Amino acid sequence: MVTPVIGSLERRAVVARLLRDRDGLLVVTGLGSPSYDVHAAGDHDGNFYLWGAMGAAALVGLGLAQAKPDRTVMVVTGDGEQLMGLGGLATIAIAAPVNLVMVVLDNGHYGETGMQRSHTGLGIDLASIARAAGFAGAVTVTEQAGLESAAQSIRSRCSVTAATASARRRCVRRTSPASRTWSLAN
Amino acid sequence: MRTIAIDDRAGAAGVEPLDWPKELYRVLKQHDVRQMSYVPDAGHSRLIELFLADADVVSNLLTTEEEGVAIAAGAWLGGQRSVLLMQSSGVGNCINMLSLATIGRFPLLMLVTMRGEWAEFNPWQVPMGLATEPVLAAIGVRTLRADTPADLVETVRSAATLAYDADQQVAVIISQRLLGTKQW
Repeated sequence: MVTPVIGSLERRAVVARLLRDRDGLLVVTGLGSPSYDVHAAGDHDGNFYLWGAMGAAALVGLGLAQAKPDRTVMVVTGDGEQLMGLGGLATIAIAAPVNLVMVVLDNGHYGETGMQRSHTGLGIDLASIARAAGFAGAVTVTEQAGLESAAQSIRSRCSVTAATASARRRCVRRTSPASRTWSLAN
Repeated sequence: MRTIAIDDRAGAAGVEPLDWPKELYRVLKQHDVRQMSYVPDAGHSRLIELFLADADVVSNLLTTEEEGVAIAAGAWLGGQRSVLLMQSSGVGNCINMLSLATIGRFPLLMLVTMRGEWAEFNPWQVPMGLATEPVLAAIGVRTLRADTPADLVETVRSAATLAYDADQQVAVIISQRLLGTKQW
């Protein structure tokens, strides 16, 4: 069993960076801390926060992306929430939306229930699963430099309406479990 | 595998049997349905084929039915109407996900083909067949049952209005008697 390397990224800073200068970006968040993180970066009419229906975030993002092909949709969720919807990766991969970006804040733990280790915390690599499902651009980001690169990539897509399927990108980020925040108000 | 229509009362009377999958497709198009999601199902096969051939509707093949509940919510957030096609066994896969539709008051239209009730030969279909309507009611989804093709078309028309105009979560229950006996 392998314990993945936990990077130096702090989740709130990661989310704030990704949402900086968001323009027309639409955001769907997954149950738990990712919803708090996105809200903490500043509430916005283009946000939809899930606080239940575990496993739904990516698929809500798919339905929205299909309905709004001229807008970029970013799903921000956690490793536990995404693990409950692994089959959804196959559904999204064959649907092949060009305007959907998925961000998984992977701290290797279930935050809502008391920080028990998740499957990724026990060695499962979400980015590899995503790549195998057809997300050719899936990357794991563990350091600030990688985050900047990913943020630029997402940003450039916000102004491009005719992207190609190969431009789909699913970014898996590892964040420190110690950096978790429990409060809704921040 | 093929199905034999049992409800051929119209045919017996010398009238052409109602092509209900085509009628359902028409009704859903009239209601401006733009997204369809499904897990392959014999009872829905014709309706699925009609949607797959329609370039104006985005169709999503699902790995499990609950994904379609989430897609429908996302579609509505983006201003589009969605329909979710499944078999009764799939209802059991959806229960917690349906809290998304009910708590968010997302319009939801599910068309559910029944197994486990009329001349069922597979015992594994029976428990979920018995549970389908009770569990939908328990989670807050209204069920409307149709036992004949003509009734089905009108029921779907009514359900579509309830869902898309009155923000309801509705499942149309398509009886196994209407669908016919599965032959292997």
